[in-house]
Amino acid sequence: MIKSAYLHIPFCEHICHYCDFNKVFLKGQPVDEYLKALDQEIRMTVNQFPTGNLETIFVGGGTPTSLNEQQLYRFCDSINRNLPKSETMEFTFEANPGDLTKEKLQILKDAGVNRLSLGVQTFNEELLKKIGRVHKAKDVYQTIENAKTIGFENISIDLIFSLPTQTITDFKESLTEAFLLDITHYSAYSLIIEPKTVFYNLLKKGKLPTPGEDVEAAMYELLMEEMEKNGFNQYEISNFSKPGFESRHNLTYWNNESYYGFGAGAHSYLNGVRRSNTGPLKRYMDQINSGELPVIDEHQTTKVEQMEEEMFLGLRKTSGVSVPHFIEKFAVDPQQLFEQEIAELTNKQWLEVRKGHIFLTKKGRLLGNEVFQAFLR
Amino acid sequence: MNNNERLNRQSKIRNFSIIAHIDHGKSTLADRILEKTNALTSREMKDQLLDSMDLERERGITIKLNAVQLKYKAKDGEEYIFHLIDTPGHVDFTYEVSRSLAACEGAVLVVDAAQGIEAQTLANVYLALDNDLEILPVINKIDLPSADPERVRGEIEEVIGLDASEAVLASAKAGIGIEEILEQIVEKVPAPTGNPEAPLKALIFDSLYDAYRGVVAYIRVVEGTVKVGDKVRMMATGKEFEVNEVGVFTPKATMLNELTVGDVGFLSASIKNVGDTRVGDTITNAKNGATEALPGYRKLNPMVYCGLYPIDTAKFNDLREALEKLQLNDSSLQFEPETSQALGFGFRCGFLGLLHMEIIQERIEREFKIDLITTAPSVIYHVHMTDGSEIKVDNPSDLPDPQKIERVEEPYVKATMMAPNDYVGTIMELCQLKRGIFVTMEYLAENRVSIIYEMPLAEIVYDFFDQLKSSTRGYASFDYELIGYKPSKLVKMDILLNAEKVDALSFIVHNDFAYERGKIIVEKLKELIPRQQFEVPIQAAIGQKIVARSTIKAMRKNVLAKCYGGDISRKRKLLEKQKEGKKRMKQVGSVEVPQEAFMAVLKMDDTNTKK
Repeated sequence: MIKSAYLHIPFCEHICHYCDFNKVFLKGQPVDEYLKALDQEIRMTVNQFPTGNLETIFVGGGTPTSLNEQQLYRFCDSINRNLPKSETMEFTFEANPGDLTKEKLQILKDAGVNRLSLGVQTFNEELLKKIGRVHKAKDVYQTIENAKTIGFENISIDLIFSLPTQTITDFKESLTEAFLLDITHYSAYSLIIEPKTVFYNLLKKGKLPTPGEDVEAAMYELLMEEMEKNGFNQYEISNFSKPGFESRHNLTYWNNESYYGFGAGAHSYLNGVRRSNTGPLKRYMDQINSGELPVIDEHQTTKVEQMEEEMFLGLRKTSGVSVPHFIEKFAVDPQQLFEQEIAELTNKQWLEVRKGHIFLTKKGRLLGNEVFQAFLR
Repeated sequence: MNNNERLNRQSKIRNFSIIAHIDHGKSTLADRILEKTNALTSREMKDQLLDSMDLERERGITIKLNAVQLKYKAKDGEEYIFHLIDTPGHVDFTYEVSRSLAACEGAVLVVDAAQGIEAQTLANVYLALDNDLEILPVINKIDLPSADPERVRGEIEEVIGLDASEAVLASAKAGIGIEEILEQIVEKVPAPTGNPEAPLKALIFDSLYDAYRGVVAYIRVVEGTVKVGDKVRMMATGKEFEVNEVGVFTPKATMLNELTVGDVGFLSASIKNVGDTRVGDTITNAKNGATEALPGYRKLNPMVYCGLYPIDTAKFNDLREALEKLQLNDSSLQFEPETSQALGFGFRCGFLGLLHMEIIQERIEREFKIDLITTAPSVIYHVHMTDGSEIKVDNPSDLPDPQKIERVEEPYVKATMMAPNDYVGTIMELCQLKRGIFVTMEYLAENRVSIIYEMPLAEIVYDFFDQLKSSTRGYASFDYELIGYKPSKLVKMDILLNAEKVDALSFIVHNDFAYERGKIIVEKLKELIPRQQFEVPIQAAIGQKIVARSTIKAMRKNVLAKCYGGDISRKRKLLEKQKEGKKRMKQVGSVEVPQEAFMAVLKMDDTNTKK
């Protein structure tokens, strides 16, 4: 059963120095044609892979809120007409502080969007400039206030740490600001420098003064500590929420469940097949216009791969992998299948098995990749 | 064939090589000549046909030699038989070059019309002159915008002292001047002299191993005739064999009944061991053979040694097999088993030079799929002990205790560098830094200089060439020859990881640089060895004395934060890559050490020069 859908809007008014998602400068782009193709893709896909009511929809980018009001309206309309929704659906829009006018907020609200995820990244104005963001800290306060006024109750912000030249004090200040917002959810990512980004090129030239592994670890520890103190529950490596406000969409990924992926460069996981859509806009639209799904890459996962993925995705959650659930899904006991790996990792105090759950220890959370790797054979 | 026919045919034979500095267009010219003589249909024509190994194509250099027989109908109406003998283009293989030149009467000297004479041009010309070859200068790449053929013509006359008035102006790439070159070969290269009825004298200038035929010797017949069924003797080894096959390459192997004076081709005789057909040896008749061998056989001694260890210790025997197979075609490769406390079982291998070493290493990894740890290259040190004895050390960790050593001598080379005069200062600075002793400097032309230094081979081995290239933006060319041993104040530097000595990381260093290099190497290792689950101290020590120290901190954070918008495949690949990276590391004691760390001693000089 497919319960989730991701939709990708690849347009941005500005491109951030760290971003390696599929995106293009908004100016001069065939946005209307893209939305038309996206609408077509949704219909073709749902036709081919029918589903019941969706539990989560997540619109990401790029910058979904870079669409103008008309486009935004049409896009939401397309979603609502083509995707069946459950009563309790979580419907998230990624947004850029500063882009979200009251009018746009109202359009989203009317369309049934009930969760906003704002790309705040940091409250330090200097750092914001350095990473290529154009919003100001005050835009964040304004946007959140407007959103609340219009009736949004579930608001999340993204923070990034371990930014170039960022100190622990900088990060602590950003956290303090973040807690003043009175919102329900935080995602906090350490900066990863990906190829084909401004930062990557700077790094290669030796011109990117990153804080280094020790500071990064200290920031992460500080983050976890502060979140706990402020009543936010860490339910995944990078995600924190008030009880009951966990992002159900993101949990779809960690629970290794199926999801649609619509739009240029989007990814889907349907009936055990992982697919990637083509990234370049023209190719994406051409392919759809000629009546084909814009898939560029397709992989039927084997049972072994599915079990490995169940582990390395599930272990990202604080609750870890549920043994009974695993057995129900694969008819194999993970404790037997991965007996040696589990023994070694518990021995290193990175992993713990308790009450039918296999999960990372606090120590293991910092070294997650070391643990995840062990489950890839 | 009767003797008159043989003599008549002999007068139509022209044997030649093409010599050039690397990248001056030797292989392209060879291709054009093959094309022009219709040795190949254009369908068979692959670019740079003579370079047959993948590695050779990739690196643009010739490693193994080839000899091709071609038919050329000259303007005088006669048909001539050409033997084109390819030569390796790198200083490591000088001996092979000299042997293939010994199989010729002439050499086409290719000089780049823009770059002019380079160090290896000269080195090769001297080899050709040593072998009394007729040299035909060709100025190549005249179609380049930066070409200056007249200046280069002047250089050939002034620097080499050759008459270049008839030098062909050519572009092998564009097919200009090819016919003129062929005509000059007919006119100027002398036909082979020698008596087809005399006792056989055939020079082995290369050999390769074929699984069905055994060793195939590439030979040049200098005197006499060799036929299928003949009993022959190798003059250096005394081994006797019965000839199974003789033939020539056209370039396809073509069987013949006999090879006679002037012929360049191959011979097989169920020879099992490459060592029995040493390059440079003379083949003669088993009975009534020649009394004197052709000049020139010398056993090749490796100049550079290093340890090769399989990362996966279970692959030790596979590695031995790989080395044995490679040695069949490359008698200059030497190896013997050795044991390292840190790396386990492996082989100490001897090479002609660094390039030779890299090529062997790459071939093992590619063709035999064995991941290797290579220890830093070392030269052979002559160690005079206080008790009067002398030992030879090719592995730094074998250097005896300082108290027992009276003195250590290390090999020195004469290094010749040529470059535009703007770079004189840079080159001298570099040579000085590498303990060079200035010998002389000469102006080759108005703005080109030749600089000669005597330098320790060990310094050359440590990436001197790369540094020379980068500090002169590629303009300097370089050549060297061994001149003998000189005493030096050398000490052994040991490296300790987590308080355990890692023998594979020991190196020998001049006393004056010891402290500085110790500091640099511990820092370099800190960079190269990833964080481990615990803190790892790195120390550099001379004897018991710690001269430098650094620490690899414990790993603190390694976890992917992002979710990549549901791109799980990407996440998976990332984890797989990290895991794969670990497999390529060597467990030394409790520390996982990546391959590059064992070569760190080579890298430390970059930091040195930047200061």
